[in-house]
Amino acid sequence: MVEWFFGYLAGAVILLAILVVASRNPVHSVLWMLLMFLHVAGLYLLLNAEFLAATQVIVYAGAILVLFLFVVMLLNLREEIKIRRFTGGWLFKGLTALGIIYVLRRGLEGFRVGFEGPWSIEAVGRATHTRALGQVLFTEYILPFEIASLLLLVAIVGAVFLSKKRLR
Amino acid sequence: MPGSYLPSSYLPVLIFLVISLVFGLGALVMGGMFRLRRPYAEKLRPYESGVTPVGEPRQRFSVRFYVIAMLFVVFDVEVIFLYPWAVVFDRIGLFAFIEMVIFIFILLVGYVYAWRKEAFVWE
Amino acid sequence: MNEINVSMLAPLLPEVIMASAGILVLLVELVARRKETAGLLSIAAVAVAAYYVPHSFGKSFGGMFVSDGYSAFFKFIFFINLILTVLLSMRYLVIEKSNHGEYYSLVVFSTLGMMLMASAGDLIVLYLGLELMALSSYVLAGFIRHDARSSEAAVKYFLLGAFSSALLLYGITLVYGLTGTTDVSLIGAAVVEKGLSTPLFLSVVFLMAAFGFKTALAPFHMWAPDVYEGAPTSVTAFMSVGPKAAAFAAFGRVFLTGFGSLSTDWTGILVVLSILTMAVGNILAIQQDNIKRMLAYSSVAHAGYAVLGIIVGGAEGLAAMMNYLFIYGFMNLGAFAVVIMLRSEGVRGEALEDYKGLAKTHPFAAAVMLVFMFSLTGIPPTAGFIGKFYLFKAVVGAGYAWLAVVTVIFSAISAYFYLRVVMYMYMLEPEGEAVTLSLSPSLGLALLITTLVVILIGVYPSPLLSFARLAAG
Repeated sequence: MVEWFFGYLAGAVILLAILVVASRNPVHSVLWMLLMFLHVAGLYLLLNAEFLAATQVIVYAGAILVLFLFVVMLLNLREEIKIRRFTGGWLFKGLTALGIIYVLRRGLEGFRVGFEGPWSIEAVGRATHTRALGQVLFTEYILPFEIASLLLLVAIVGAVFLSKKRLR
Repeated sequence: MPGSYLPSSYLPVLIFLVISLVFGLGALVMGGMFRLRRPYAEKLRPYESGVTPVGEPRQRFSVRFYVIAMLFVVFDVEVIFLYPWAVVFDRIGLFAFIEMVIFIFILLVGYVYAWRKEAFVWE
Repeated sequence: MNEINVSMLAPLLPEVIMASAGILVLLVELVARRKETAGLLSIAAVAVAAYYVPHSFGKSFGGMFVSDGYSAFFKFIFFINLILTVLLSMRYLVIEKSNHGEYYSLVVFSTLGMMLMASAGDLIVLYLGLELMALSSYVLAGFIRHDARSSEAAVKYFLLGAFSSALLLYGITLVYGLTGTTDVSLIGAAVVEKGLSTPLFLSVVFLMAAFGFKTALAPFHMWAPDVYEGAPTSVTAFMSVGPKAAAFAAFGRVFLTGFGSLSTDWTGILVVLSILTMAVGNILAIQQDNIKRMLAYSSVAHAGYAVLGIIVGGAEGLAAMMNYLFIYGFMNLGAFAVVIMLRSEGVRGEALEDYKGLAKTHPFAAAVMLVFMFSLTGIPPTAGFIGKFYLFKAVVGAGYAWLAVVTVIFSAISAYFYLRVVMYMYMLEPEGEAVTLSLSPSLGLALLITTLVVILIGVYPSPLLSFARLAAG
């Protein structure tokens, strides 16, 4: 049963990703991407990562996609729709893509199966995912968490500074 | 196999998704099957309250939307972090509180900056 | 690791000071009328942070953050980079009509990101530090908002930077999947235990490509000339020293601590990259007629030299690399200071032509530039010679005599374009209107510091050398 769900979600993600880059209309691309994000959220659910699934929907499908859409509208890509999507060089690009797929495929072989350390799948199941994530994030990973806030601060400064028309 | 886990508690969500999909598509299909089809030129024109359409429908958005959207993303991410924090607050206690105060303070500085730079003003 | 307490912050004290300074500078920008206040404040903060660096050795957050001699040495490079950049910028930003306090805040945050990279004992901290550094520099590259070249540079820098971040993340995920940890020293232990496998090798290649982008090693250097040329000159000076050194710091730690046991497998690739980088940087620099673009290719070439330190490995190699990067920081910032001095209201002063006959019109500026060009070439008695000399010594000592010969050949090629600037200044007559110098007290101070240090290290290098040797452990 899980395999069927996974097969559907993974297949859909790949297909939708192709549609994102192949669509002529950038707005369509963004909408395909929205669907793709939702399927990725489904994959997170299958991994028992409910919080990540919710984040995926709220942040990616909710906020980042809106940003994408605004940027697409901002650029007003009237001419771009008429331009061909792909610019040739298929051999090189195809080989690069295959190379990356090969690397990732080979990378999977050596992956450690099963989880070690204090957060085994049972432990996560017992504590529930969000609680486990919070527990780790706010104790062990507190330093990355605080650095993230500085990153967000720089993002605010950068966005306001670069795109504000008249700066006080 | 580790990780084989069916999120069965999310079954209602799945059912809801399927129903909404069936309902949405079904309405379109049914409408297509039963509605009358008598097209003529006037009827097929885009409707703009009776006025003849002028210009392109696609228009450039102002860059102002971008600033708002960007700020929305940043504060959205900030709020997301509050959720797991609230869940484990009872376990970690005071330090979790201090951690979050620092986090929010840093972003508050960003908020003050954006505010003083009139990023929220529709110029 | 469930106990959290304030003492965990002790090794992070310099970073905490810098973070607070960045925030403070941002707030000062909102109220201060004179934006130079923000710049002076950032210099003061660096002085305080630098004082605490030697007093804050230790590990914290379960080994995620490592403050040791290695990171301390690099932090001093970043501090010097920040101070000199701020001194260079104060007048320059006024000339470019983009005098905003955010500049200094972003410089501080970028430096903080570099410090975190140098101290990262965990790949996640490394990644976040790198992003903090990079995100700030993207904005800095586009800091002259009314200049299309600056915006273009920012966009290019951002796109390539995002791409390299993706490579880094791919590498990190693969390593995590293979070893089950993101802690660099635990990765080292796991790698020793499991030995080399194809997947591990491929993830090492991913990480190498990512660091190659950040340090501008060929063939990942394509972004550098365009970005360096388009960005504000003071930012170019900043980017060509700090982020490069930070990437080398992380490169050295991850590869020598994490993948040190596999060094025989990856040094081969690095040797090829190094030679390619020296070739591309030095040969393409010859064709440039814009001084910023020339210095960009020169900075690519210098990355090719510095990476020799990682190839050699061990304390000896790292010390040579750190020593080199320290010296490179001074001479490169000095050269950019002269470039900035030639930029005045309405005159860009970036073309090589503008240097014609500079010795006649402005003998002082020409003499200073001469020192930096000699140093970048590696001619004694300047610091550049010392840097190269110890690098060669380490390379030969590790049994790569032929590689040292190749490096010497490329150094000789580099003499062509560095000394051409000298030739333009001293042997040609000034053409057209003489360039006016925009010398401000802060710029003068920066020039004084860089010139003095470049000559001082050139004649009396032993303190720096023993410091680097000590720091490399």
